[in-house]
Amino acid sequence: MSGFDLLSEYLTHYFPILFFVVIALFFGIWSLVVSYLVQPKYPEPEKLTTYECGSEPFSDARMPFPVRYYIFAMLFVIFDIEVIFLYPWAVVFTKIELIGLIEMLVFIGLFLVAYVYAWRKGALEWD
Amino acid sequence: MEQAFFFYFAFVIAATSVLVVALRNPIYSTLALLVMFFHVAGLYVTLHAEFLAAVQIIVYAGAILVLYLFVVMLLNLKQDVRYHRQWPMAAAVGATLVIEAIILTAMKGSTTPAAATDTETAIGGAGNTEAIGDVLYTTYLFPFEVASLILLVAMIGAIVLAKKDIGEREA
Repeated sequence: MSGFDLLSEYLTHYFPILFFVVIALFFGIWSLVVSYLVQPKYPEPEKLTTYECGSEPFSDARMPFPVRYYIFAMLFVIFDIEVIFLYPWAVVFTKIELIGLIEMLVFIGLFLVAYVYAWRKGALEWD
Repeated sequence: MEQAFFFYFAFVIAATSVLVVALRNPIYSTLALLVMFFHVAGLYVTLHAEFLAAVQIIVYAGAILVLYLFVVMLLNLKQDVRYHRQWPMAAAVGATLVIEAIILTAMKGSTTPAAATDTETAIGGAGNTEAIGDVLYTTYLFPFEVASLILLVAMIGAIVLAKKDIGEREA
């Protein structure tokens, strides 16, 4: 495959994504540039402090977060990977038929064990 | 042209990887890692591994990065104490990798392109996701089910490790 063919192939297949990336970049840069250009600039010490919904900032924002955030992230990663396995399964589902369904039920069954475990251990609750 | 894509992605991956370890603020490091994940996905696309590219974005950029971010916030790393005395070890590992790269470049034959062509003929023009599904749920059924078990173990491990903290709050 020559270089030009490859380039045109990428551009036809990935043009929407490229378009989206360009718009996203442009929107971000444009918003910053325009607001910088049109904003009135009267800096005062009070204005330059951290804005915390009107209350006085009382400490640094870099404080240790509770470990339960980590649990939620971990659970999200695990169930995300479960869903990833569902995509190729759904694509070839008509080919592998009943045996495929059973395989996936076993797979999801094991995840159900994990889910019930997390639930019973109270990992899904905030307080 | 293919090389141009490769060199762009490779350069950005290398540059952002350096930023990940060199930036002083851990949050900025994580954001550099995000850029790196996206460019690794781009590299997969140039290798015609579209499914892998999608997985890279969904799992790595979407989920793992959030995990990293939470770990960074959890540990509350101070900006100055990050490296301790890790530079010598990093230099040793880096030197090993550079030597490996030099040897691989010196031994560069026609092996890699041939292997890639073989793969493309082997899947016979089937879609990327379809080709993966074809073998994953037949030939590699056992590893697939084992993957489920490993994820179960990972989840139980995470909950057990963090349970102490939850228990303390309840008491």
